[in-house]
Amino acid sequence: MTRPFSSLSQLQSQLKDRSISATELTQLYLDRIEQLNPILNCYITVDEEHALERARAADQQLARGSGGPLTGLPISQKDIFCIKDTTTTAGSKMLANFRPPYSATCSTKLEQAGAITLGKTNMDEFAMGSSNETSFFGPVKNPWDLLRIPGGSSGGSAAAVAAGLCAASTGTDTGGSIRQPAAMCGLTGLKPTYGRISRWGMIAFASSLDQAGPMTRTAQDAALLLEHMAGYDPRDATSLDEPIPKYSQELSQPLSGLKIGVCRQFFSEGLDNAVETVIREAFKIFEQLGATLVDIELPNTPLSVSAYYVIAPAECSANLSRYDGVRFGHRCSDPKDLQDLYQRSRGEGFGNEVKKRILVGTFALSAGYYDAFYRRAQQVRRLIKNDFVEAFDHVDLIIGPTAPTPAFKIGEKVDNPVDMYLQDIFTISANLAGLPAMSIPAGQVEGLPVGLQLIGNYLQEGTLLRAGHQFQQATDWHQLTPDIEL
Amino acid sequence: MTIPAGWQVDIGLEIHAQLKTTSKIFSGASTQFGQLPNSQASVIDLGMPGVLPAVNGVVFEKAVRFGLGVGGRINRESRFDRKNYFYPDLPKGYQITQMDQPIVVGGSVTIDLPDGSTKLIALTRAHLEEDAGKSIHDRKPNYTGIDLNRAGTPLLEIVSEPQLKSPEEAVSYARVIHQLLTYLEICDGNMAEGSLRFDANVSVRRINDEALGVRSEIKNLNSFRFLDQAINFEISRQVETLNAGETLSQDTRLFDPDQLETRPMRSKETATDYRYFPEPDLLPVVLSERYIDEINKEMPELPQVRTQRYHSAFALPLADAQLLAQDRRLADFFDETVAKTQTPKTTANWIKGDLLARLNEASLTIAESPVTSEQLAELITMVDQDTISGKIAKDVFGALWEGRTTSASAYVHEHQLEQVSDQSALEPLIASLLKEHPKQADDLKAGKDKLMGFFVGKVMQATQGKANPKQVNDLIRGKIDQR
Repeated sequence: MTRPFSSLSQLQSQLKDRSISATELTQLYLDRIEQLNPILNCYITVDEEHALERARAADQQLARGSGGPLTGLPISQKDIFCIKDTTTTAGSKMLANFRPPYSATCSTKLEQAGAITLGKTNMDEFAMGSSNETSFFGPVKNPWDLLRIPGGSSGGSAAAVAAGLCAASTGTDTGGSIRQPAAMCGLTGLKPTYGRISRWGMIAFASSLDQAGPMTRTAQDAALLLEHMAGYDPRDATSLDEPIPKYSQELSQPLSGLKIGVCRQFFSEGLDNAVETVIREAFKIFEQLGATLVDIELPNTPLSVSAYYVIAPAECSANLSRYDGVRFGHRCSDPKDLQDLYQRSRGEGFGNEVKKRILVGTFALSAGYYDAFYRRAQQVRRLIKNDFVEAFDHVDLIIGPTAPTPAFKIGEKVDNPVDMYLQDIFTISANLAGLPAMSIPAGQVEGLPVGLQLIGNYLQEGTLLRAGHQFQQATDWHQLTPDIEL
Repeated sequence: MTIPAGWQVDIGLEIHAQLKTTSKIFSGASTQFGQLPNSQASVIDLGMPGVLPAVNGVVFEKAVRFGLGVGGRINRESRFDRKNYFYPDLPKGYQITQMDQPIVVGGSVTIDLPDGSTKLIALTRAHLEEDAGKSIHDRKPNYTGIDLNRAGTPLLEIVSEPQLKSPEEAVSYARVIHQLLTYLEICDGNMAEGSLRFDANVSVRRINDEALGVRSEIKNLNSFRFLDQAINFEISRQVETLNAGETLSQDTRLFDPDQLETRPMRSKETATDYRYFPEPDLLPVVLSERYIDEINKEMPELPQVRTQRYHSAFALPLADAQLLAQDRRLADFFDETVAKTQTPKTTANWIKGDLLARLNEASLTIAESPVTSEQLAELITMVDQDTISGKIAKDVFGALWEGRTTSASAYVHEHQLEQVSDQSALEPLIASLLKEHPKQADDLKAGKDKLMGFFVGKVMQATQGKANPKQVNDLIRGKIDQR
């Protein structure tokens, strides 16, 4: 494995035994960013000076044998996480020049553990998209095929890790925005239980669904990052006050006795045949590892996309009202009155996908439509959750495909929103139920990575990571790298 | 006012009370009034991207106290909602409030009517919400300034049923709520700083009409006087409109205190669809029985109950009872003093007389009184036990007030102001006075009772006021009778 594609755990030991310095490693990624980012467009902001400064400090700590668990590890962060005094755009023209005076809790925690932030990664505007094509800063290319999308909304993070432009990254997942790009770029992407990681400082799309998580090469790396992202935060009322297990230390427990549910509803129409074949092959690995496969039903899961496309837009329509041109963000020039200020600032600052969702959400909450849309969607959400609660009485994990197809071509679905929205058909139900879910590389179709999704019970990230790790001990899909060398 | 003949009026009030807290409802920023614009707006109050509200738990305690005070139902689970509308002084583009599940439901208060009777006014609900900032239109031509210091100040919105039948009833109700809020230390009640603001829903209908008329909502009235004036104007306007054969449409109005009239707000400022939905950033508010019990245990006796007790158990005149019960600190002072003196009437007279007069003169509140309840109780007890005369007591009170002493007994002792009740000391004095004034003594014996005053005055003069007048009276009478 060449160095830029090394896992965090490999780099950790190389930094410790001083076979490479943090400064060298940081410079290596910065050089690759300089070379490859113009092609991939996965970073919006790169802070070279800050990264090297932190790397030098890391080297001093490493030389003294001190430092935190992540000291010297260069990562990137999705540009949805506010980092103090660093441009934070959420992929939008609206925030193109926004520098927050505060940092996201989970970004602070990663830096306190010693991680070095190289820069902020590209994303669909306000995380609304499944292909990274809605970014104000242009689409991101999939390192496996530059004509294809990397998935979204955390597409920049996925492409950056896959192409070796950082050792790991962070993402957010509202309907599949960590797992789907992880699947399409051949990575491990974990969306934890809702509330596991604080949302403070993470720019909101849909508050009841948004959850941050790690995007890494291996399940082991995901475990390491999660340990340093998770935890209760008094500034986020929805964060969970639960102990954080030592995920990294539980990875090797055997899977024998583990019951894994296979849900018929995840093999529905629209699932690419070749993807299905890859997934069914992966099932056999889990059986070889000692797990038992059980057929289960999640009868209401097919309603997920419909419910999601009411609830998420409804919440976003309110969350994005603060971008009004009054206090921060884009402001139109020479407004003639208040109405004009609002209309042009928002009209100019937001892209089409964002506007579409604000309109849909505003409609769904309007007097006379609320019961038919928002209330109904919440009822469906409850039914979907109940299905899972019932299922987890019988199984420890539920597995299936992450996305119905491998990465598609840039521009292929931009004019077909329904097709685009169906990209998240298998991932959305975990967000609606608040469950932890993870995508791991499980094979390839015509040279493109395919992701397997594992859904766990509440706060059972450890089980997901363990199953993912054991699968990765038995396979090498996660070790494949795209052919994108300098 | 007199309601126009043939008409009846229905008024409901929404009262916004700023809660007396040091920090805001969803951020740690200070709520102090009158600071430099935008100096007390945190990133949460500014609605910056990615920030989240975290509830200041003190607000629940205050809301529960109000709910218990009006005998309402405390919802064991209440919830915050978002109320969506765009306005520059509303940073997030939505207000966090409580719509479907308010913290307090129902309850009632009693108001006094001008004819001396009382009336029960039912409350619909009381819920928690955040205040908006302020738009300042008069500083710079063609610009509006925004001050977000007030944004996020906790509010309790108290909604009454439309059971108020006149401007007088509306004001009386508003005063009762004001008193209750300050009594329970929920709100500082400072009208000048906007701590209490009223929205009045006013409609009129003909005497025999069953259904309520078309209502107007007059927003943001910040004094009892404006409340009264605005409702008065509105009643006349609505009746005149209907009498002229025109129809009314439901609208939202502002009161202009200079013109003494209400005017409709521009439709832009009155969103009709707030698109309420549950606030996903906050968990439902779950209150345990134990939490509510704890607050209940700490509840003070309420003003109306206290007035009744003073009136019936202490036999104070109703006006005195009301005067003493109206202010919680004053009533506490009175109760503390009575607990030591055991003489409610005398104590009430001292407090409403000498003490309140001095406090008013010095513009002090009872909490700032230089004379403590212990000191006053000691003084009153000395009078009751005939240790000093009422006249001397006034001087001792003055000494206490001016800080010349900290104890009535010490002062009296030091200055030898005890009443002379020693018969052996008084008898020779009286005997010699009668001898010095034989004519007057004879006339007194002959029935000229006025002359009793003459002799008592002489005794008091000779004893520098320290003699017990009643005793002196008895002794003189005895001597005269022996003549």
